[in-house]
Amino acid sequence: MRDMMALVEPLIPSLRRYARSLLRDQSAADDLVQDCLERVISRWHQRRTDGNARTWVFTILHNLAINRLKQTARRGGHVTVEDTDEAAFATAPAQEHRLHHQAVVEALSWLPEDQRSVLLLVSVEELSYAEAASVLDIPIGTVMSRLSRARHRLAQMLEDGPVRQATAGTILRRVK
Amino acid sequence: MSRPISEDDLHAFVDEALPDSRRMEVEAYLESNPDVAERYARFGAQRDALRAALGPIAAEPVPLNLNLRHLVASRRRSNWTGWRAAAAACLLLVAGGGSGWMLRGIGMDRPAGIDALAQEASYAYAVFSPDGGHPVEIAAADSDALLRWVEKRLAKPISLPDLSGAGYRFMGGRVVATQNGPAGLLMYDDAKGMRIAILMRPMIRRDENAPMAKHREGDVVGYAWADDGMGYSLVGGLAAADFLHPIADEARRQIRARI
Repeated sequence: MRDMMALVEPLIPSLRRYARSLLRDQSAADDLVQDCLERVISRWHQRRTDGNARTWVFTILHNLAINRLKQTARRGGHVTVEDTDEAAFATAPAQEHRLHHQAVVEALSWLPEDQRSVLLLVSVEELSYAEAASVLDIPIGTVMSRLSRARHRLAQMLEDGPVRQATAGTILRRVK
Repeated sequence: MSRPISEDDLHAFVDEALPDSRRMEVEAYLESNPDVAERYARFGAQRDALRAALGPIAAEPVPLNLNLRHLVASRRRSNWTGWRAAAAACLLLVAGGGSGWMLRGIGMDRPAGIDALAQEASYAYAVFSPDGGHPVEIAAADSDALLRWVEKRLAKPISLPDLSGAGYRFMGGRVVATQNGPAGLLMYDDAKGMRIAILMRPMIRRDENAPMAKHREGDVVGYAWADDGMGYSLVGGLAAADFLHPIADEARRQIRARI
């Protein structure tokens, strides 16, 4: 139990960030992290002690997030840029930086989920390619090709600007 | 000659994941290929922007409901609540059993014979054999404790048949509830993890001795018999249906030899 505290507690900020970046909804993301931590607590004794605790915890969270995204998709809800809580992504620094960051985060939300998760795990959460492959349960080669596609696509979107983005996909508004 | 620079190298360069020697080779390559350098510099800027934009989320104080210590503590509490709920359920069962007992004779004859035993075994198998985490309460390593527990609850001597000759390893067992009181459930699995079980309980005034008979309830197949006031059923999934009869014969032979 003590090793769980030592290994899992420091991960919680990253878990929240990953969940919120994927779901774009602060309270849904924190609920997801809570589910994840409850699973971690109840399955701690089942994990391979020689394994990587961070990869194991991220795998649990990622699978929960994917299930949640699928459920949302089934219900017909599609979280668009307009629906998101911009305050959740707001950053304090100077205006021009904020805009730039905002543009990247918005472009990120237009990536397909499989590319978004690779980009987040590698670029933001700093998992190694092998760790990301393990979390996503895909070969490293697939991690690399998704990463490459994600980066090219993101660059394309940022060059084209927000107008093209908005018309590039079908916008579904969430039905309340 | 160094290895040619691949796209993977360039991404790893952006992610600062290259060993120093390779990083220097990539830097040299980028110096002589400004177009590629420009593209990957943009990817680096993307990465920095993402980290800067999402970084503050990780800097937020962790909310109370995600405090790991609280979660562990509340899980302990809910386990305790679970135990109390289980105890309450036991009381209700006893109360319900008592009223059922009082009502017997006025037309509520509950099934008690070998058919009831077969059904109870099928239900117990259906509930516990697919259980990944806790198919047994006491593992085979503590066979003595299991034996004492089951004998105490059944108030009868029992034995734990060894079915390794048929390729089934003893996993352990537990006491389970049936409509005719406590029963012992012993669980076995084979090399592929396929499980079979033996349910045993005292036979009360009916079918105290019964020849072995096959039974089936849904996807559960079994062979039930009774000897000297004790009923048994060996149950398994449909896939094992063809092997169960000789295994049941073997279990009965061992039990008769030991008790």
